Amino acid sequence: MTIYYSEDHEWIEVEGKTGTVGITDYAQNALGDIVFVELPEVGEDFAKGDEVAVVESVKAASEIYCPVGGEITAVNEELEDNAALVNTSPDGDGWFFKIEIADESELESLMDAAGYKEFIAGLE
Amino acid sequence: MSVENNSSLLKTPLYSLHEDLGGKMVPFAGYLMPVQYPLGVMGEHNHTREKAGLFDVSHMGQVVIKGHGADKWLETLVPGNIIDLKTNRIRYTMFTDENGGILDDLMITKRENDIFMVVNAACKEQDIAHMRANLPAHLDLIELSDRALVALQGPMAAEVISRFAAGADQMDFMSYAEVSICGADCFISRCGYTGEDGHEISIPADKAIEVCNALLAEPEVEAIGLGARDSLRLEAGLCLYGHDITTDTTPIEGSLDWSIGPRRRAEGGFPGADKILGQLNNGDASKLRVGILPSGRAPAREGTEILDANDNVIGIVTSGGFGPTFGGPVAMGYVNSNYAKTGTDIFLAVRKKKLEAKVADMPFVPQRYYRKPK
Repeated sequence: MTIYYSEDHEWIEVEGKTGTVGITDYAQNALGDIVFVELPEVGEDFAKGDEVAVVESVKAASEIYCPVGGEITAVNEELEDNAALVNTSPDGDGWFFKIEIADESELESLMDAAGYKEFIAGLE
Repeated sequence: MSVENNSSLLKTPLYSLHEDLGGKMVPFAGYLMPVQYPLGVMGEHNHTREKAGLFDVSHMGQVVIKGHGADKWLETLVPGNIIDLKTNRIRYTMFTDENGGILDDLMITKRENDIFMVVNAACKEQDIAHMRANLPAHLDLIELSDRALVALQGPMAAEVISRFAAGADQMDFMSYAEVSICGADCFISRCGYTGEDGHEISIPADKAIEVCNALLAEPEVEAIGLGARDSLRLEAGLCLYGHDITTDTTPIEGSLDWSIGPRRRAEGGFPGADKILGQLNNGDASKLRVGILPSGRAPAREGTEILDANDNVIGIVTSGGFGPTFGGPVAMGYVNSNYAKTGTDIFLAVRKKKLEAKVADMPFVPQRYYRKPK
């Protein structure tokens, strides 16, 4: 099990061919209080970089991009009633969806935890 | 947001206080303003509804008109009844143009010897130019650019301010007084932009930080940014100029009929009166501003198209978001007037989806203004 990070502040935890995707603590902190998450539908296909979900804070809507291409196999239905889970547990209960990764080589362009830490340090 | 851009932005007299408080500064109407503090938009919103919030609104324009008959002259520019306004009373009205559109909305206070007004930040230069272009020689217009303006809002706001200005909690809604706070000559107005009780406080710029620090030292008070200011006023059903009302909307289309009293309706005499009073008397405005309640959890933002059951566009959302106190998405916008009745089923084109919604009464959260017992 390995976790990768994108420059758009998504994380993807990979187990075999399945990735679980969410947004990072840095992202939830920047977005502020999250009130609604629009999730993709199970069975939908996305390419790497596609807009796959939308996160709404009190202030504004922000797009979430697919860190790798593939088919959605599950979505976190808990978020429908409790979008604030993204704030309280961004890397746990606040996950967004699971995806069947079409091309594992796409993971290579993502960062590992140390790389992401360095990346966000460079943003401050 | 680049450093060069920020260098051309103005700062209010409270700028260093915002920095000290950890405010996240963003450009707004030509000023660097705090959009939120570490408490966050939701926390700031809820704090204001529960206790008291302090807002910096110094970017707004404060203007005084001096001279005999200033009230009568102002009635040539606004549809509000200013002549009959009693001393130390405040009225909400708007500058209208010849087509009946709204140039800005504003608060006018009749003071003992002059008229004091507060106009929107983004409009203040054009408002002042508009007034000067129409100003008779015997009247003087003075911009009070040496004063800060803050709002203290919330159910505990009046109690807090009365610790500094005794009796302020006994002032009626929409009334005005001049008081001393921390030795500073302040103008206090019992009004605001949140739907809550409270005052707006005009303070000499060089005393603004001292007064604000004194207010913030009270246990009930937190600093509140523009983010929560917007969600609070939206829940209260109050218009944001440039969004919910513009030169493309008349006061009637904007559902602001209540701001035009019987004498002005009968006499007219303000820019665009033919159009505005025609719409009022004939009930023939083609569009109307309404409240909108989406059925689901997804907020509908400004610019969202409003559809009928057959996908025809019947209107547009002008303000929309999540109402923390309401506990769900709320919006306002314009619909064709035959869809304006409360309870009408409408649809919102949010991204690729067609979401169900209903036309709803505003405010979404009950207003809690203070009405002095008679």
